[in-house]
Formats: sequence, C-alpha cells, structure tokens
Amino acid sequence: MLAQLAAEFPGWYPEWNIPYWLMSILRVVGGLVAVLLPAGGIVYIFLFKMMSFMQSRLGPMEAGPYGSMQLLAEVGKWMQKEDLAPDNADVRIYKMAPLIVLLSTFLLVVVVPFGPQAYFTNFETGIFYALAVASISVLGILIAGWSSANKYSLLGGLRAGGQLIAYELPMVLATLGVVIQAGSMNLNRIVEVQNTGEIFGIGLIGNPFVITQFIGFLIFMIAVQAELTQSPFDMPIAESELVSGYMTEYSGFRFLIFFIAEFATAGVFGFIASVLFLGGWGVPFTWFGWEGISDVAWWMNFVGPLIMFTKMFALVGVIMWVRFSYPRFREDQLQTFAWKVLIPLALANTAATAILKVVF
Amino acid sequence: MLESLLAQADMNGSVNVAINIAFGIIATVMIFAAFSVVTTKNVVHAALYLVVVLAGVAAQYILAAAEFVAVSQVMVYIGAVMVLFLFGIMLTRAQIGKEEGLNNNGWQLGIPVALLLFGLMAYVIVDTYEDTVIGERTPFATEGISDQVLAPFLVPFLAISFVLLAAAIGAIVLARKD
Repeated sequence: MLAQLAAEFPGWYPEWNIPYWLMSILRVVGGLVAVLLPAGGIVYIFLFKMMSFMQSRLGPMEAGPYGSMQLLAEVGKWMQKEDLAPDNADVRIYKMAPLIVLLSTFLLVVVVPFGPQAYFTNFETGIFYALAVASISVLGILIAGWSSANKYSLLGGLRAGGQLIAYELPMVLATLGVVIQAGSMNLNRIVEVQNTGEIFGIGLIGNPFVITQFIGFLIFMIAVQAELTQSPFDMPIAESELVSGYMTEYSGFRFLIFFIAEFATAGVFGFIASVLFLGGWGVPFTWFGWEGISDVAWWMNFVGPLIMFTKMFALVGVIMWVRFSYPRFREDQLQTFAWKVLIPLALANTAATAILKVVF
Repeated sequence: MLESLLAQADMNGSVNVAINIAFGIIATVMIFAAFSVVTTKNVVHAALYLVVVLAGVAAQYILAAAEFVAVSQVMVYIGAVMVLFLFGIMLTRAQIGKEEGLNNNGWQLGIPVALLLFGLMAYVIVDTYEDTVIGERTPFATEGISDQVLAPFLVPFLAISFVLLAAAIGAIVLARKD
C-alpha cells in the first residue's frame, strides 16, 4: 500500500520502505498509545489535579513528583484485587460486558487520522463509521447492568441506555452539518477542506468548522458530554441514588476496564471533535504553500499527532471543567433537553447548512 | 476446498484467497450463532447471539467492499435495533438463568420455511452467477450511492420514508393514553 501511495504522490514521501508486518506493528502500537495515553493523561491532569485545585486541595502528591506516578499505583492496586462476580450473576456475560465497552473505544480510534499518512485506516465513510461503532458501548453497558443481578445495576443500565439513545441523535445530526459543508465523510478529507478553506477570501487560518458550524459544535460537545455520562449527565451512575449504577458490582480489573474505557472514550471523542471542528492534525496549508493533502510535507506525520493531542486535551479540558462545575440534571430534564431542544436545533442547523451550501 | 480455491487464484489473478477464507470463518460463526439464537434458554442470550449474527453480516459486507452498507448495518441493527431489543427485554422480563416456555406452539413451522428460503436463495444465486468468478473490488464511493438514491430511485426512497413515518405515527397513537 505504501508503494502505491508513493507512486500516487511522488516527491513528498521519504524513501522508506516499510514492510507490511512493520506497518501492522506500528499501527497496533499506535492504537494502544492513542487510547491509553489520553486516558492516563486525562485522569492525571484533570481528574486528579484540576479537580483538586478547583476544590482548593492538592490532590495526590506522594507517588512520584507531584503525584505523577499515582496512576501506576492505582492500576497496580486494581490489578491485585480478586476477580469477583455476584452469586446470582450471569457470570459469562458479566465478565464480557466491560470488554465490549473497551472494544468500542478501540474500534473508534481506528478511524481517527493523525497525519496525511498517519492513520490506521482511511475509511471512505469515516465519520459515519465512528458514529456507528460509538453506539456499541451501549450494548456493553446494558448487559453489564442486567447480568449483575442487582436492582441498582439494572436501573443504572436502563438509565444509561435511555440516555445514550437520546443523545446519539443530536450527535449524528450535528455531524451532518460538517459533512454537508465538507462534502465528504472521510475524516482526512474533512481536515483538508478545513485547512484549505477561506473565510471571505482570507485563508490565513483556513476555515475551521467551529466558526461556520458553531451551533453544530455546541450540540456535538453537549452530546459528547452526555454520551460519556459525565456530570451534569451522570444519572446512570448517580452515587446518591444508585450506588454506582451499572458499575456497582464490578471491582478489580473489570472496574479498571470500565474506568479506562470511560476516559479513553473521552479522549477519542476529543480527537473526533478536533478533526470535525478544529481542523484536525493540519495547519492552514497556505502557511507552507501546500495546495492539497497530497502536497503536505512528510514531517506532518510527526507534528500532526502532537497537534491532535493538544487539541484533544483542550477539548477534554472543557468537558472536565463542565463536569466539575455543574450539578446533575433530573432524569426527565435530561430527556426533555435532548428531544425538545437539541434535536430540533440540530435539525434546523442541518437545514440551514444545506440551504447555504446550495446558495453559495 | 482450499486447494481448489488456490487453483482458482492461480488461474485467475483477481481471486483473493484471504478474503475467501475469512468469508468461510465468519459464515461458520454466523450459522452457529443463528442456531444458538433459537435454541438458547435465555432471552438476553438469544439477543446477544443475534448481535453476533448481525455483526457477521456487517463483516461480510466489508469483505464484499460494500463499506457504506456495512456501516449502516452496524448503526441500524447493532446500535439501534438490538439496543432497543435489549432495552425492551430488560424493562419487561429479564430473568437470569434458564427459562422454560420460550418457544411458541408453532415453532416446527419455522423449519420448512427456513429450508424453503435456503433452497430458493441458493438456487437464485447459483442460477444468476453460474461459473462467473467475481474478482476483488474497490469500495464504492458514497457519493455514487447518494446519486442513485436521490435520482433514479427517488420514488421508492420516498415511499419507504412514508412507511417509516406511518410506523412512527402508529407508535405515538398506541402510546397515547387519552
């Protein structure tokens, strides 16, 4: 495939001959990094430190400098614990559920481009695929709640199901505006369109869709907040009512998997939001005189991931900021907000985008 | 069977052996899961086996280079239909462990229907393609699909959306109390 790429875009690809097996290893390692590094970074920077500072305390300080090794200590602690299952539980499904949730995270990251060639797969229907596999995690959560043989878990699972179904729709509809404007569902093409675009003939900063699709961006981020079940949308695990919702019975490394999946998915949604709305891995192509994606210099494959990680941490920072700042909604308010506010607004945004696309 | 496949591949460069093997493995898993759907003694297990079948269909679409259809399959059947199935089962009857009386009285009727359908589809496929070897394909551009749906197939497309609209209105009418 690389030979084919080199033939298609002569002159800009360095003369490396990466064999298929090495490429596959690189992709697997890259996928693990792209899932685990954001998860660890988000937990340390935001959950440990930012939340502590917002509450006028220091957070973990003992393990490593400024408590930076606390994460490893926590992982070690969870790994040591016994793998428990309740007596009445449906054990096979109970043990499978957290893995399905984590699987959905890994399937999601596969589609994110980190550079002109630094992608795992260049899916033609990239964003559609991302929205489809994001919904697989609901399955895991539902069966986790059911198989625990616990009323709190079942209620938490049902709440999560209702919430994730309701907020998937505004998310899909908000993405539609971007797809209409970019004219493609391929994420690399969406990046290219944003970085070669112009605003009223000025191409200095390209045309990041956060400007033209600002309503879509807001709806998308609110929907992401709800999909991740972060406060103020955390009724599925509301600790004062449901102990810990669908996670109540889980301990040890199966709880750890739920925990990693939660923050890794936050990271992946941060990546996807930055591709859709903030120009992704690219810098405005006019800065370096690139015409299109085939002119982009090879070093963007190394700078691109850094740009993506920066944007992702900024977006997840906002998600966490909201999480630590607002109290929980009521269940009926949550549903009303999705069905009566976000979905009509997203539909109006889609219609307006389509009309403007035809007019201009 | 593998030998004949390899011989075919030698003769005809467009046959991808890996894709054919993957098709066989996925198809076997799907058949096993499909039998399990109707034989298992637990409703939730049946629903989960159905998820395996539907995911297998999506994987087969990917092998056939029908990317858009595969993703739609995941989105509609796994992400929406199966989640609603499980949601509904858990809201109403969701016992853990074996359950009796899951089969209804006419279950034997399903066997001839399944055999008939299998025979019909096998006949149609063999009759249509006979000995034609279909080579590797590249994924179809999504724009092509939308151009087809919104131009020559616009009327059937609108007709289907009216059916869906009718179903949605029907659901509201059934759910209303007054």
